[in-house]
Amino acid sequence: MKKPKVITLTGYGINCEEETKFAFENAGATADIVHVNDLIDKKKKLENYQILAFPGGFSYGDDTGSGNAYANRIRNHLWNEIEQFAKEDKLAIGICNGFQIMVNLGLLPATESYGKREAALAHNDSARYLDRWVDLRFYGNSPWIKDLEMISVPIAHGEGKFYAEQRVMDTIKKNNQIACKYDKGDMYDYSMLEPNPNGSIEDIAGITDKTGRLLGMMPHPERAVHFTNLPNWPLLKEKYKREGKQIPKEGPGMKIFRNAVAYFE
Amino acid sequence: MAHRIEISSRILDARAHVLKEKLGRLGIRNIDDLSIIDVYTIDADFDGGKLEQIASMLTNPVTQKSNINKPQSPQKFDFAIEIGFLPGVTDNVANTTKQGIEDLFKQKLKSGDEVYTSQIVFLTGTLDKDEIERIVSSLHNPLIQRIINKTNTQFIKDGGMGIGVPKVKLIDVPVADIVPIIDASDEELAIIGKNGIQNKDKNGSRRGPLALDLSYMKTIQSYFKKRERNPTDIELESIAQTWSEHCKHTIFADPIDEVKNGLYKTYIKEATKKIRADKGKDDFCVSVFTDNSGAIVFDDEYLITDKAETHNSPSALDPFGGSITGIVGVNRDTIGFGLGAKPVINMYGFCFADPNDNSPLYKGKSFTQKMLPPRMIMEGVINGVNAGGNQSGIPTPQGFVVFDERYKGKPLVFVGTVGLIPKHINGKSSHTKQARKDDYIVMVGGRVGKDGIHGATFSSEAMDAGSPATAVQIGDPITQKKLSDAIIKEARDRGLYNSITDNGAGGISCSVAEMAKECGGCRVKLDTVPLKYPGLSLWETWISESQERMTMAIPKDKWLEFSDLMKRRGVEATVIGEFNDSGKCVVEYNDKKIMDIDMDFLHDGLPPRPMKTTYTKQKYEEPEIPVPHDLTQSLFLMLARLNIASHEFISKQYDHEVQAGSVIKPLHGKGRVNGDASVTRPRLDSNKGVVCSQGINPSYSDIDTYHMAACTIDTAIRNAVAAGANIEHIALMDNFCWCSSNEPERLGQLKAAVKACYDYAVSYGTPFISGKDSMFNDFNGYDEHGNKVKISVPPTLLISSIAVIDDVMKAVSLDAKFEGDLIYVIGETKDELGASEYYAMLGEERQKKRYIGNVVPVVDAKTNKKIYAAFHKAVQNEIISSAQSVHRGGLVVALAKTAIGGMLGIGIELSKLSGTWTREDFALYSETQGRIVVTIAPENKNAFEKIMHGNALANIGKVTKSSTFAVKGKDGKTIINTNISDLMKSYKSTFGGY
Repeated sequence: MKKPKVITLTGYGINCEEETKFAFENAGATADIVHVNDLIDKKKKLENYQILAFPGGFSYGDDTGSGNAYANRIRNHLWNEIEQFAKEDKLAIGICNGFQIMVNLGLLPATESYGKREAALAHNDSARYLDRWVDLRFYGNSPWIKDLEMISVPIAHGEGKFYAEQRVMDTIKKNNQIACKYDKGDMYDYSMLEPNPNGSIEDIAGITDKTGRLLGMMPHPERAVHFTNLPNWPLLKEKYKREGKQIPKEGPGMKIFRNAVAYFE
Repeated sequence: MAHRIEISSRILDARAHVLKEKLGRLGIRNIDDLSIIDVYTIDADFDGGKLEQIASMLTNPVTQKSNINKPQSPQKFDFAIEIGFLPGVTDNVANTTKQGIEDLFKQKLKSGDEVYTSQIVFLTGTLDKDEIERIVSSLHNPLIQRIINKTNTQFIKDGGMGIGVPKVKLIDVPVADIVPIIDASDEELAIIGKNGIQNKDKNGSRRGPLALDLSYMKTIQSYFKKRERNPTDIELESIAQTWSEHCKHTIFADPIDEVKNGLYKTYIKEATKKIRADKGKDDFCVSVFTDNSGAIVFDDEYLITDKAETHNSPSALDPFGGSITGIVGVNRDTIGFGLGAKPVINMYGFCFADPNDNSPLYKGKSFTQKMLPPRMIMEGVINGVNAGGNQSGIPTPQGFVVFDERYKGKPLVFVGTVGLIPKHINGKSSHTKQARKDDYIVMVGGRVGKDGIHGATFSSEAMDAGSPATAVQIGDPITQKKLSDAIIKEARDRGLYNSITDNGAGGISCSVAEMAKECGGCRVKLDTVPLKYPGLSLWETWISESQERMTMAIPKDKWLEFSDLMKRRGVEATVIGEFNDSGKCVVEYNDKKIMDIDMDFLHDGLPPRPMKTTYTKQKYEEPEIPVPHDLTQSLFLMLARLNIASHEFISKQYDHEVQAGSVIKPLHGKGRVNGDASVTRPRLDSNKGVVCSQGINPSYSDIDTYHMAACTIDTAIRNAVAAGANIEHIALMDNFCWCSSNEPERLGQLKAAVKACYDYAVSYGTPFISGKDSMFNDFNGYDEHGNKVKISVPPTLLISSIAVIDDVMKAVSLDAKFEGDLIYVIGETKDELGASEYYAMLGEERQKKRYIGNVVPVVDAKTNKKIYAAFHKAVQNEIISSAQSVHRGGLVVALAKTAIGGMLGIGIELSKLSGTWTREDFALYSETQGRIVVTIAPENKNAFEKIMHGNALANIGKVTKSSTFAVKGKDGKTIINTNISDLMKSYKSTFGGY
């Protein structure tokens, strides 16, 4: 089988491209980190890739709204290529700042067509940047989340509160476009922190487009690729050891990347 | 003409809600409603259609609405306050907007066209004049921000806030002035050295401190006498930068008493030399003291670099700007290491005054130049590192906060960065670099403005009324991120340059002259340096500390490729001259020579200034205090103290997981307790890890700076060891933040501390690889009654430790894990409570002033080293379930953190605790060094005790399932009895509202 090729975009303050590439390659793909300007200058071509990743980061310092300026740059120069990519039988993911960029581009939720802004990721209720772990419960039929029920992953953002008007919310729900919600799971049992970290409506953490091939999520699965990424790994290690169990090496976030690779098998 | 786009939120605005709560906490409770409007002022000719396009680019249609040239306001409001920047202050959002407009119309803005941003805060409520004043002063810093304040009536009468355009207007003519010094009297020389070159205005104002004392001025005078000419202003300013305490570290370099080669060479550098020789083939140091960071071996392919800096004076004036430029500045010490290392870990350390202290300080007489209050400094500094670290995509897992009233005049802001670099790049060793003759001198990154003039000379002086506001800069992390990525991730591996260094203190005057040492000379064409705005003086262009710039040496045949790459990455790179071997540092403007100084004189011409010291040991009253009858209550009070309480609110707002290598995070266990060390996996494809920790004990300086330094080293090492580090592979960094370093007493204290650094580093075999000092952390001004005050920080030493471990899976966290686990204390406990947190607490309770006492902890390095080695063996055998280094607050605080971390109970029998302690409260709160609290599974008892055999060890209790925290005293009676949730409440309440 040929490995799917992943394009991991970077530039202007994106900063999670290396770990995103690592996660995809660990899952069996080949991944290139490509500066958005190299796509604009046609030094690289989007059509040569099967998976498009908008990684996390702080593009343009969140100035004028997180993800807004980077989305404008893509809209000004690359819209046709991106829209074409979205319409093909390919996969795209936006993580954190990448999710914000996809929403600003109107790639998500895209209840009618690609390109119209219908949702927003507003300031957290605390109005402050927050790094912590959450539990996610998965919904819908997106290939990205196949066989996933619940996992724990970290979030790290200042603007992650999902918002859309009621009409859009109704459509998203009708179309099964909610991919994951903050919920009570292992991490809640461990830390007892409020499951919803930012005030997102209906606890939404991630959504897909209508096809399920495009996924955006605030949490960072690429930061949960090693067992030692878990905040409670020292406790779990001690527990497994005393129970005579094998200590895992991999973190829960890897499943999402494996699903993406499996889609092309 | 200028246009104004105003954007309001159509949904609940969390920022407004949080601001209202914050003002409430400041005691302003009569605000019924508060809303925020974002304003973009576009100073350019655009027609209505284009403005519509711009507004739509800036507005999120789902959540916001915008008006063009038509004021917005809520239906009902009483006051409107607009906050914007002063002319020339970095406005990052405006810069992004400008780029966005140019991208949108695919056309550059005309020269002079600009964008400015501001915010309007609308308030509803019955607020009196005093309350409005307090709101205004809490919303802005007058050094960098402008404010317009209107009542509803005025707002309506004026038809809105009006359009303000904070354009920079400068009219300086670009010539270099001659400064007549060769015939000047000593008196005149001294004034020039202290207050700066005289301006050509009527009132004889001066340009700000050169910080050159008379002996330096006379040396400069005789240099120019020999050349039969007077210096230009740029020459004098350049020498002042290069010779500044900030750059040359003369206090550490010059002879002091019998120490002819100075403190640095004799004690710090020599310690490392000796340790490296002792280690022989196990020496892990690669680059020490010579570069922007120090470097040690990580694995067969990579090096780890480390550097810590301070940014104290700027943070006192503009806390946000000071700390953000601090953190992104120390990142450049990583990018500027060798051929360029990638920043992988950030660290911080803040020393503040009590944020609840509201009594004002003034820099000027008669209640003028009010200093920012401690709370605003604290919040601004924390926010600055948040913005700088988070936006740069560098995890910040490690840091501390220390409080003392003597940090009120100047806070201390420590920032550090660890980097990763391959040992070899293109077949060449990566930690060496050399600018070559004929290489282009290239400035990369941001442009030059008036910001950060005299930063180097300013921080070499105490802060008083003459401190320049232009020393303030605001960082632009994204400009630097673009620069960093383009260099570290692309240009470096393509071999496009020969050398690189950071533009920090002194700007290009220091970086170019420094790099010119590698080849022997340079010629700079100052007219090619890109400016933020016209009208800068030549000397300002040369020494400005505008941020986010690196200086590089680029071979001519690589320039086109380099320049093309930078263009495509949105990074500005400009050739500003050439390196040569002329032996001279020459600067020209429009082909006219304005500076021509011998390299030797510039770098080594400064005469040594021998120093004499005295050191009078203070004798304090030994506090006579009975054992408190309620030790449970004491524990609650202790856990809530500023120096002990949880600073989770900082840990969780600093991204500590970006780059995906987080192993031991800043918060440990179910109860999220602040740890003392972090562990990071910098290469995702490897199991190797980096342990980082810090030690700081300024209160001990009150008794003895030698032991202060010894304890600080021991703490930094012990914290790392407790997390799993091997003492055989730990390196250290020293950051001295002293005060009044022109006084013999202070120098005597310094000498003792530096001597301890030698003694203990050598005993432990832990080499120093880098360091920095800041010697004048004093405030001279006036208190709330107008009385003259001098506030000096306590002599403060930060020791940072860095260690490499082979397997991150063997790292240890501090939280208790399972019921039934055995609790041990390794190391002896003595009655060492001098300058302890316990004495401070008791003193404040009883006499409103902390007790100090005299018995400061004394470190027994030989005993401790044996403990640390044995403990590491236990870690390697994976029989340690949790470990917590005992430091500030003593044993009972460490036990409480272990329990809160695990959310499990603990039962302790103090009678079993080894050591020479005499009183129960002393046993609980003594700060004896060298101790670690450990929990282990009962089945590991024999194995653990066997490994630890020969070291002081006591099994003092058990982890229990109940949530009870109980301590039995000497005679078996219960002296502390409480539960975990109450302990947690005390531990977390202090900063609960932040």
